[in-house]
Amino acid sequence: MRAFVVAVFAFLYLPIALVVLFSFNAGRHASELTGFSVQWYGKALSNPFLVEALKNSLFIATTSALLAALCGTAAALGLARVGARTRAIFDALLGAAIVVPGVVIGISTLVALVQLFGIVNPFLASLWPNDQPPRLALGYGSIIAAHGLFSMALVAMIVGTRLGSLDRNLVEASSDLYATPLTTFRSIVLPQIMPAVIAGFLLAFTFSFDDFIVAFFVAGAQTTLPIYVFASIRRGVTPEINAIATIVLVASVLLVVLAQWQLRQRKPSN
Amino acid sequence: MRSNVLRHNLLTALLLGPATAWLVVFLVLPFVAIAVFSVGQRAPEGGYQAAFTLAQYVNLPARATAFWNTMVLAPAGALASLLVAYPVAYYLALRAPERWRLILLALVVIPFWTSLLMRTYAWMYILGGSGIPALLAYGGFEDVRLINTPGAVLLGIVYGYLPLMILPIYVSLERLDRRLLEASADLGATPVSTFLGVTLRLSLPGVMTGFSLVMILLLGEYLIPTLLGGGKVFFIGNALVDLFLQSRNWPFGSAIAITLVLVSVVVLLAANRISTRLSGARRVDLI
Repeated sequence: MRAFVVAVFAFLYLPIALVVLFSFNAGRHASELTGFSVQWYGKALSNPFLVEALKNSLFIATTSALLAALCGTAAALGLARVGARTRAIFDALLGAAIVVPGVVIGISTLVALVQLFGIVNPFLASLWPNDQPPRLALGYGSIIAAHGLFSMALVAMIVGTRLGSLDRNLVEASSDLYATPLTTFRSIVLPQIMPAVIAGFLLAFTFSFDDFIVAFFVAGAQTTLPIYVFASIRRGVTPEINAIATIVLVASVLLVVLAQWQLRQRKPSN
Repeated sequence: MRSNVLRHNLLTALLLGPATAWLVVFLVLPFVAIAVFSVGQRAPEGGYQAAFTLAQYVNLPARATAFWNTMVLAPAGALASLLVAYPVAYYLALRAPERWRLILLALVVIPFWTSLLMRTYAWMYILGGSGIPALLAYGGFEDVRLINTPGAVLLGIVYGYLPLMILPIYVSLERLDRRLLEASADLGATPVSTFLGVTLRLSLPGVMTGFSLVMILLLGEYLIPTLLGGGKVFFIGNALVDLFLQSRNWPFGSAIAITLVLVSVVVLLAANRISTRLSGARRVDLI
């Protein structure tokens, strides 16, 4: 069984390792290693479209993860204060936001937003009869909102789990000692849930940075890094893609390791 | 006293407000929108025209190939993942040395959170013309075709979703009461019958959770069939991309999406039913 497990881990990591290896290959072909070179990184980073897509992705991932961490944490705290029925409804919706396939989230958001813009834009135009009226369109905002939906649900679940394992005695002791609810929150609850919030933020960032399918539908005229990479892959596999893939893989791995490390911090011993 | 209650409720509403708005505007409303679209008609220039007709649903067999491929390859992929995942989860939960366990578990989780696009790309690179086929050509095996086959798609599926299958099985095995295994052995059961009667049985909720999650995500899969199936292996996800972004038949696409969601719900309910019948329900930790 040990040999089988080793083989499975090799199966999980060898393909990734190969891409990393060949990103440093001097030659063009996957079949032969011809020497060490970082030329493909240079080529990739001097491609203006690629750099633009990378910047877009970083901006979208940061914004959606921040919003998700804030709203998701607030939701988890709020859910600890409501009755069982409200909680069940919320849990079902949050679960749906996580489980519904990205392709369905993508198309349904696209359909809803296009309809909404169809109503709002003429109205905005009527308010600005002379100048250029502001126009709502698909773009950064719609990608951030669609990514944030999944991420917020994820943060709410992670933080909710953490809140559930919070030591109630500490909270009661704090209020017995005449701490205000705000003080109790700041000095007891917040430090305990902070690792979960940070882990949630990091995972939300990773999700948004890696997502292709949701952004594919709601990006409008914008390009994110996965959309750019997908389009180039379909035109043909080039060594530059190995370099980009390596950068993205290393970044995701670092973020996930950091998130896991945060979650294991100060975890209750049981 | 009353003002205290009011303050409590106000704070709760403030905390839940943003999340509620988000869920309503970007989950509930979009779902209602595609439900409405799915009973509408295609406008002559593409897009949507209001109507109340079941014509889109009647037309579903027009995409029978996509449904067929998905309905065959999604369960096959989930089953193949399960067969690979179970021994790994078993080893991690019951056999791995204590100090290695968390590290190995982290090594399972990391790929799950790593870009599926990049991981699928890795296989495209390996199976593609200048990868393994080129190596085989050196050995005298010319014209071996690996990419753009159902086999490549299946491989990509197992590779992509293996971590998601391992995790819930690991969770249910890890919570297993070890004393039951000892009791079973003390009562004279062979290792095989202990495994079948105790271990496997008690880990079935994890198996069902993993299987249903992987199935549901596979029902909407687009990247793997597109990159490793090369347009020859068409999934429902491919049909949806085509209908929404290329041929712009939104009502028909909506009907397919609604059908997809309904199938997912059936899969989830069935899995839930099976696992609660076999033992208590379990929740999954994705991290």
